[in-house]
Amino acid sequence: MIRLAAITRVFRMGDQEVRALNGISLDIASGEYVSIMGPSGSGKSTLLNVIGLLDRSDSGRYELDGTDVTGLSENERARVRREKIGFVFQSFHLVPRLTAAENIELPLMLEGVAPAERKTRVDAALDAFDLRDRAFHRPAELSGGQRQRVAIARATILRPTALLADEPTGNLDHRIGAEVVALLEGLHHGGTTLIIVTHDRELGARAHRHIAMRDGEIVADET
Amino acid sequence: MNLRDTLTLSLTTVASYRTRSLLIVLAMALGVAAVVVLTALGEGARRYVVGQFSSLGTNLLIVLPGRAETAGGFPGAALGQTPRDLTLEDARFIGQLPQVRRLAPLNVGVAELTAGGRLREVTVLGSNAELLPIRHMKLSQGSFLAHGSERSAQIVLGSVLAREFFPDGRAVGQRVRLGDSRFLVSGVLAVQGESMGFNSDEIAIIPIDYAQELFNTESLFRILVEAKSRTAIEPAKAAISHALKLRHDGEEDVTVITQDAVLATFDRILTALTLAVAGIAAISLAVAGILVMNVMLVAVAQRTAEIGLLKAIGAPAADIRRLFFAEALWLSLAGGVIGFALGHFGAWMVRLAYPLLPAWPPAWASVAGVATALVTGIAASLLPASRAARLDPVLALSGK
Ligand SMILES: Nc1ncnc2c1ncn2[C@@H]1O[C@H](COP(=O)(O)OP(=O)(O)O)[C@@H](O)[C@H]1O
Ligand SMILES: [Mg+2]
Repeated sequence: MIRLAAITRVFRMGDQEVRALNGISLDIASGEYVSIMGPSGSGKSTLLNVIGLLDRSDSGRYELDGTDVTGLSENERARVRREKIGFVFQSFHLVPRLTAAENIELPLMLEGVAPAERKTRVDAALDAFDLRDRAFHRPAELSGGQRQRVAIARATILRPTALLADEPTGNLDHRIGAEVVALLEGLHHGGTTLIIVTHDRELGARAHRHIAMRDGEIVADET
Repeated sequence: MNLRDTLTLSLTTVASYRTRSLLIVLAMALGVAAVVVLTALGEGARRYVVGQFSSLGTNLLIVLPGRAETAGGFPGAALGQTPRDLTLEDARFIGQLPQVRRLAPLNVGVAELTAGGRLREVTVLGSNAELLPIRHMKLSQGSFLAHGSERSAQIVLGSVLAREFFPDGRAVGQRVRLGDSRFLVSGVLAVQGESMGFNSDEIAIIPIDYAQELFNTESLFRILVEAKSRTAIEPAKAAISHALKLRHDGEEDVTVITQDAVLATFDRILTALTLAVAGIAAISLAVAGILVMNVMLVAVAQRTAEIGLLKAIGAPAADIRRLFFAEALWLSLAGGVIGFALGHFGAWMVRLAYPLLPAWPPAWASVAGVATALVTGIAASLLPASRAARLDPVLALSGK
């Protein structure tokens, strides 16, 4: 359950002020499938970052699963991210030195899961995302689609309640992008809240709820 | 993230930036090796000098005329009066002290040695039979000056002299002329080599009475005294000073040097030198530390997006700090260990090249070298690591 009330986020560039989020109020129930669309610079990424506790709001109130997370310390926010949020990025953000399996294992390491259990869970994820034969390849040896599958496997290995995808198909061609979205939708069917930021109207239309942004404000919110 | 995972992950990182890591490890290793080799040299020099002193004799005291102006210094003339000479009578008197095991009076001079048509100026020592055991000298042929032989004209030749004058190797029993007197060669010294700049292979030793006659003197150059034991050295020194003061009408006009005092001075000087040299070598480690810091700062800049990713998947600041920390730890540990090995190899080469120099690196230097490497490496990673940990996640993800 995500509840934003009058959230603003202001960036200062010299004496210029950019209101990236201008009084956003928004409720997203657990298990919803939401797309966020809007022109470039309208505040989509900033909104996703605030929801994912990567960024703070300058004013307003944010409640996640019934608790106020507005004033959490940096460390507490890291813990909430680890336990509740999965991020998927346009540019994958895999660690180049680590193999596919090791990239997927990272959150388990951070969480302090024992090595034996880590292995079982990574193996399961490799199977689930059809990466078994790519387990020991480094990102540079993987195709774009495979990289994004590794990134999604990593984002979901700790079973987050919400999966936040910022233009997850932006670096993929249409067909591969559709596959990745199908994968994300599969996770949504498993009960995960899914929020996708996208430029692609067709992909955006697949969500059950469509939010449109412009100049840091929500201009449409349709189901 | 637990310690094991932190160490494993950082090791992977260190291993994958191969050139960068090798460079740092090399710099660290050279610093540590420098500490080890230079202290080995210093320590070797110290041991060499100590060894040279010890070869002079054990529990040795040296009595010389004239009074030392300051404790530990070398003797000069006493103020306002000529120092009284040391005499054979003084020596005999000292010989009766209970702390003294034996003593050898000493006169030194130069005279012409003639034998078998050859002639050469040689350094002549006048002494008695006790000189041999006191100075740890050995004979290769014949016998030393016999006990109670002060009045028999015997001479002992250094090994080089014996070879020069008697190439056939049969010196013992031959007659030689020293100055105006004739002597019978009773023995030949074994090769001793140089000790304290004094080559005993080219000296001749004759009984003290003949030496005083030869050099036309009543006074002694030195008296070498061997105390009964190590603990008897100081009492012996006091007793000798006291006895001679009595004999010299209450004037303290002799100096008694104990070998220990001289040795301790050299020991102190050379230890200080070793420390200084180790300090200089440690500076090169500090330079390596600066290199580590630079490289780590560059690494943080290069891996900004990766740090952002770690934050996005929920790594707390402490984990990120520790990851960079651990990287520096691995690098300096590798540098320390390789430097340690390199240093010991270097010291071994020195010992091979200069067998006389016991260039063994002292244990403290090895430990200190490696520890300094670790401490510098970790200290140098403090700033980069905390900078990484403090990065803003959103900005870091975008690589800014
Ligand atoms: N770190 C930042 N510093 C300054 N301005 C920023 C920063 N991040 C975002 N902005 C500005 O905020 C606005 C919204 O950005 P963003 O949320 O990235 O838009 P979108 O993802 O919809 O393209 C833009 O005008 C952008 O320039
Ligand atoms: Mg964006």
